[in-house]
Amino acid sequence: MLDFGFLKTVRPRHFLGQALIYLGTAAFIAWLSAHPTYTRLAPDQGVLKLSLTHAGQRAEPCHERTPEELAKLPPNMRAKMSCSRARLPVTLEMDLNGKTIFRETAAPAGLSKDGNSRFYHRYVLPAGAHRLAVRLRDGRGPAFDYTAERDVIVQPGKIMVIDFINDKGQFIFLGV
Amino acid sequence: MFKPLQSLLRPIFLRLESGVDWLVGPGANPLYHLGALTFFFFWIVAATGLYLFIPYETSVATVYQSVEKITHEQWYFSGVMRSLHRYGSDAMVVTTMVHLTREFAFDRFSGARWFAWITGVPLLAFLFTSGITGYWLVWDMLAQYLAVGSLEWVDWFGIFGESTARNFLFRGFLTDRFFTLLIFIHIFVPLFLLIVMFVHIIRISRPGVNPPKLLAWGTFLMLLALSFVFPATSHGPADLGVEPAVLNLDWFYMFLYPVFDNWGPAKLWALVAVVAVALFVMPWLQFKKRPAAAEVHLDQCNGCTRCTLDCPFGAVVMINRTDGRPFAREAKVDPDICTACGICVGSCPTSTPFRSAAQLATGIDLPGLPLVALKEKVVAAMDRLNGGPATVIVFGCEHGVDAASLEGEGVASVTVPCTGMIPPPFVDFILSDGGADGVLLTGCRPGDCFHRLGPRWTDARMTGAREPALRDRVPRERVRTAWASPDQPNKLKAEMAAFRADLAALEASAVAPPKKEAAHA
Ligand code: HEM
Ligand code: SF4
Ligand code: SF4
Repeated sequence: MLDFGFLKTVRPRHFLGQALIYLGTAAFIAWLSAHPTYTRLAPDQGVLKLSLTHAGQRAEPCHERTPEELAKLPPNMRAKMSCSRARLPVTLEMDLNGKTIFRETAAPAGLSKDGNSRFYHRYVLPAGAHRLAVRLRDGRGPAFDYTAERDVIVQPGKIMVIDFINDKGQFIFLGV
Repeated sequence: MFKPLQSLLRPIFLRLESGVDWLVGPGANPLYHLGALTFFFFWIVAATGLYLFIPYETSVATVYQSVEKITHEQWYFSGVMRSLHRYGSDAMVVTTMVHLTREFAFDRFSGARWFAWITGVPLLAFLFTSGITGYWLVWDMLAQYLAVGSLEWVDWFGIFGESTARNFLFRGFLTDRFFTLLIFIHIFVPLFLLIVMFVHIIRISRPGVNPPKLLAWGTFLMLLALSFVFPATSHGPADLGVEPAVLNLDWFYMFLYPVFDNWGPAKLWALVAVVAVALFVMPWLQFKKRPAAAEVHLDQCNGCTRCTLDCPFGAVVMINRTDGRPFAREAKVDPDICTACGICVGSCPTSTPFRSAAQLATGIDLPGLPLVALKEKVVAAMDRLNGGPATVIVFGCEHGVDAASLEGEGVASVTVPCTGMIPPPFVDFILSDGGADGVLLTGCRPGDCFHRLGPRWTDARMTGAREPALRDRVPRERVRTAWASPDQPNKLKAEMAAFRADLAALEASAVAPPKKEAAHA
């Protein structure tokens, strides 16, 4: 089945040459497929991920439709309550040891602005004790609607996550 | 626009090719078979991948262990399969990157070639996606790094309502479905890759998709040896609570991840978009006038199909006769694909100089250098040869060593777009008419031929192996081919000197009939 006749036409120098080329190529592949080593985190560093998705409050409060308003609508859409689905943007801030390091306002997702606002940020921190404060505003007012403050220990090499439990309206700190 | 970079790269390639030619012989020079090698590595990766699919387990709890088992338990077999799978994929990146750089350096990406170039760009995307999702499957620390990084990158677009990277925030978020999905992606993306690989070469006739046997065996044994000496292994198991800190990246596939770490998603998207758009529009940024495509002259064409068989780009097709002449078929050129190499002119049986100027016509002609003009050039060259011993007409092409540089005492040159354009009757014409003592045909080395098949068809026609063959009456010792790339002017000079010495010896020996009389007899 296998025909090795072609080998007879090859000169010895070319066998040697091939061996040389393959050795070089193999070394190149072997090396670059695992080296040089990439170090992302020093031994005394840890990671903090601030990640949450949260829907802002409704941009307009629901209101009861007047009979005139109802009359204008097609019969199959004559719901009593009118609720715009659009949501307000959400603002999130975080302080690390008293200094604000994160401040972002995220618009709601979706074409009709009716989705969640998303935050995702990764920090590399020196391992050890830190004080974290987080604030979230999802309404209209100037005041923050939810706040939390925690003393945490960042473990070397570990990931700590700050998330927000929407059902409970509460920040959580995981992997502290 | 690309000239400076090309003139930097081309000599490097030519020098490398010459060196490797010397080392391994031109028949097994990998630089001439980069596309074919990529195909070959794909088959190795596909075969080993199919095997690995059997012992691989798609459940979060056991996936890492199953890969460990593959690697260590039967290291001499399934471990080697895994290593072949990995190193074959790496080799694909190497050959693909060199292939695309080489096509660029040799200016084989614009004009009629736009199609191969444009379809090459998605090949890159499919290749990298295939490789990276393969590394996810291992579900070690490296996989975790790649998964989180890739999704953070994709999330930047916000196309998914939720942040997909959030799925990797907590232990327990991941389900078995994730790995089933991954396997699915890792099978279907390579399948698309394969389909597009075939689309990529659809416009090329006789594409090199199989490397020469020596090269195939050599590279396979190379990968096999590599798999035994440095078996592919995993990092520690993924742990979503732990940040991947020290990683042995496969730089062939992962060079963009550290860039992502430093730049963040927006800048990396910008970079990728700029590179992709640049690659896509490159063929049209080459503001060169495209030479006019070959034209069929139906009054001469008898539908013999030779032009179709010889065209390196599949630019000539045979269609049903449209002019009522008693032949079944006729040739038709697709001007969009035609590179105006003239190889079809060389293949057409009607391309002969043995007619009076008024009747000189061929079934398929190049508007840029019609047969009439070619004959004039040849006659002018013969006239320039003012006698002397061992006179030679040399045919050269626009891409190899400039044939005009050989002109001088006893040597006159004719340059054509591709040496494959020379119809064998022209050689007959020169020698039987006593126009010269010898004919030398030169052009790029076969692996370098700008028009792909020029040297191959020329050699075959001159030795009589392929129609239209040089007529038997032409003394073969007076015809020689000498392929030399632009960086080898001295090699060509040496070949010419050797040829003329042989011709002189021929003259001196009694065996050679005094050819001038013979021709006029
Ligand atoms: C999976 C990766 C690839 C494979 C398997 C592949 C394969 C091939 C093959 C077999 C040929 C024909 C060579 C011949 O016989 O003359 C070819 C030609 C070519 N390829 Fe690729 N290729 C790949 C990627 C690319 C990429 C990424 C580019 C550029 C973006 C590219 C650009 C070209 C060009 C311009 C030609 C020349 C066509 C011609 O001479 O008309 N290829 N490729
Ligand atoms: S000139 Fe070349 S590319 Fe064009 S049809 Fe003839 S052989 Fe094909
Ligand atoms: S080689 Fe010439 S005669 Fe034959 S099909 Fe082509 S154009 Fe017609």
